[in-house]
Amino acid sequence: MESQQKKSISIFIFGRKYEVPKGLTIQKAMEYSGYQFIRSCGCRGGICGACVTEYRVPGKYQLKVALACQTLTEPEMQITQSPFVPMNRAPYALEQLKNQSGILGKIYPEIYRCLQCNTCTRVCPMEIQVMEYIAHAIRGETETVATLSFQCIMCGACVSKCPAEISQPNVALLARRIYGRHMLVIPDGVYQRISDIQKGKYTRVLEQLVQMDQEQLTHTYTLREQEPQDNRGWTPKHPTFPEDPPADR
Amino acid sequence: MLSLKERQELLREFHPDFREGGRREIKVGINRGERVPNELADLFEGVNAIRPEKIDLTRVKEDVDVLIIGGGGGGASAALFAAERGAKTLVTTKLRFGDSNTIMAEGGIQAAVGEFDSPALHYLDTMGGGGFYNLPNLVHALVTDAPMILEWLARLGVMFDRNDQGGLLASFAGGQCRRRVHSAADYTGMEIMRVMRDEVYSQGIEIMEFSPAVELVLDDQGRCAGAVFVNLDTREQFVIRSKIVILATGGIGRLHIQGFPTTNHYGATADGLVIANRAGAKIILMDAIQFHPTGTAYPEQLLGLLVSEAFRGWSAQLVNGEGQRFINELETRDITSSATIREVGKRKKGVPSPTGMQGVWLDTPLVEINKGKGTIHRIFPHLFHRFHTFGIEITKEPILVYPTQHYQNGGIFVDEHGETTVKNLFAAGEVSGGVHGRNRLGGNSLLDIFVFGRRAGILAAERAKDISVGKLTLGHVLDYEKELEKSGILKKQIQAPLLLPDYRYEKALTGVHL
Repeated sequence: MESQQKKSISIFIFGRKYEVPKGLTIQKAMEYSGYQFIRSCGCRGGICGACVTEYRVPGKYQLKVALACQTLTEPEMQITQSPFVPMNRAPYALEQLKNQSGILGKIYPEIYRCLQCNTCTRVCPMEIQVMEYIAHAIRGETETVATLSFQCIMCGACVSKCPAEISQPNVALLARRIYGRHMLVIPDGVYQRISDIQKGKYTRVLEQLVQMDQEQLTHTYTLREQEPQDNRGWTPKHPTFPEDPPADR
Repeated sequence: MLSLKERQELLREFHPDFREGGRREIKVGINRGERVPNELADLFEGVNAIRPEKIDLTRVKEDVDVLIIGGGGGGASAALFAAERGAKTLVTTKLRFGDSNTIMAEGGIQAAVGEFDSPALHYLDTMGGGGFYNLPNLVHALVTDAPMILEWLARLGVMFDRNDQGGLLASFAGGQCRRRVHSAADYTGMEIMRVMRDEVYSQGIEIMEFSPAVELVLDDQGRCAGAVFVNLDTREQFVIRSKIVILATGGIGRLHIQGFPTTNHYGATADGLVIANRAGAKIILMDAIQFHPTGTAYPEQLLGLLVSEAFRGWSAQLVNGEGQRFINELETRDITSSATIREVGKRKKGVPSPTGMQGVWLDTPLVEINKGKGTIHRIFPHLFHRFHTFGIEITKEPILVYPTQHYQNGGIFVDEHGETTVKNLFAAGEVSGGVHGRNRLGGNSLLDIFVFGRRAGILAAERAKDISVGKLTLGHVLDYEKELEKSGILKKQIQAPLLLPDYRYEKALTGVHL
């Protein structure tokens, strides 16, 4: 920590100059400068989308977009933050939607306005191919939109820059929900287990476990059979364990 | 695997919960005699910056049936189930809706749906993982609701990982005798939260952001009947009256117990515990803090960042500075963390980082070797990306890790419907305690928040139909403060609830807070 304090750099936060130690993220540099965040701070781990920050560094014309918690400060960096981007969110009831063709364009018709400028992709701090998934949305390819957009943290950087005024994260979210609800299959085994529980298949054994004293319970615990790391062809020796009476092994 | 006796000895000697001087007894109030971490005791002995005597409780900003304090997974699920049953529901949250530890959950959610699995095995694993301190009725609720919760989430559109046969992919977490953790890559919590948030919007449920609750309000019959709030932008103070209150405010990571870094969200400052304690809610097992074995120790920018337990579930090994394994990677978190602390401390076999911190290796490339090339990209895209940003290729190089404060195992005492010892006050999720005993298993917290969020939401909506709220009071706050003063432990310099961590100036350099 001492070596950091010896070497400092100047940065500009909302235009005001601050001296901060080298090697800090933008978020920590702002805190070092005296900011106690209400907005623009969340998980501090690059996954919540709260800390979208725009900056320029000298000698470069680009206005960069990044997450403050994941980006290191640079000398003479000019920093500004936009913690909230209003997004268009259409009303829908997921249950009643199906993966009918063109559903994304029907709910969000503004996707057809895409100018293919690719600014959305360029500013995405998660390096998602945003323009590409919008193109797939236009073509009605819900599954591809869902998988391409999966790492979206909904920070809104793309929305703030889009000349076609598309709210990409909400288009992607709808695609993922349609994919998850209507295209991925929930295995029968899940429904079977729920039904077994409701019909009382485990009522007795669970009641026994709940009633056990500490000694019985720890004993039963130690009798569990461990599924191996490589479970190909594995079946437990006592598939009904710990039903009555717990078998000693 | 260690025997139960070996486990106990390891914990006693090396787990931070048992360090001398880390905890102290609460001296006054409903929780007198409970031992809690010093950092939490300080807040319990602090005073509110909002003076109760200056709040006009006859001026009520809004009247609702069910008030939900907290906008993470527990709050959102409670809201969906309460609103579905016709209750007028309001969700308030300190920061943005969805800002929570929920979004940071990487590994997944447990549910015993596998062919060779059962709720009974889930029950045993959970009890054993918690050192058998868990409340049996809560664990019973947890394991029997789990498959239904998993199906509910999938039906809301959560993209759970599938295996090659199209079934649900299941992974190990420490302490599990079966693969039972269901994931959406290493974005599980974020994927669930963004879906749930969208569904709450679809249902038209009212959300109030940047409005932390700073005190619970009771009525003249001692029942919880609302809360006092602060608008963080305007500093306006206001009162919401409600028939039922559900606390879903999450955990305490940002108190940095014993100076540990944390995996927790910026907002995890124990606010719910502080106000519930003043209102007379019993707490349980609040001295049991979970330290996740694999917090990032390097690079410094990622210090404390959670490295999913699923890595170990997918066969990554923990290795000391001499290249030796020192613990079975599928031991529970408390055990694995204690073993790491022993390795670095007493045994002096740690690995020094370039910044002087000590850690051990998590051998991530093993995942690619054992489970096939491309596995890390497929299962851990988030962590791959995070480390890649700082020039570390986790497919080829191991990660330096050290335990980091992750979870409060205990919390507000609840029954199996989430009701606390204060009438009409419910608690769901990390703020509540008992279900996990002294140590939660991986994958049981994403489960816990929805099981008990749902249960609290349902009962709250039903009960709200028959409640008429009496005269509002904050008398309990003043009474508690008087007790503190009488005992000579009132700490006027400490503001509680804390609301926001303070990392300004030099504190930005201490390195503990990611």
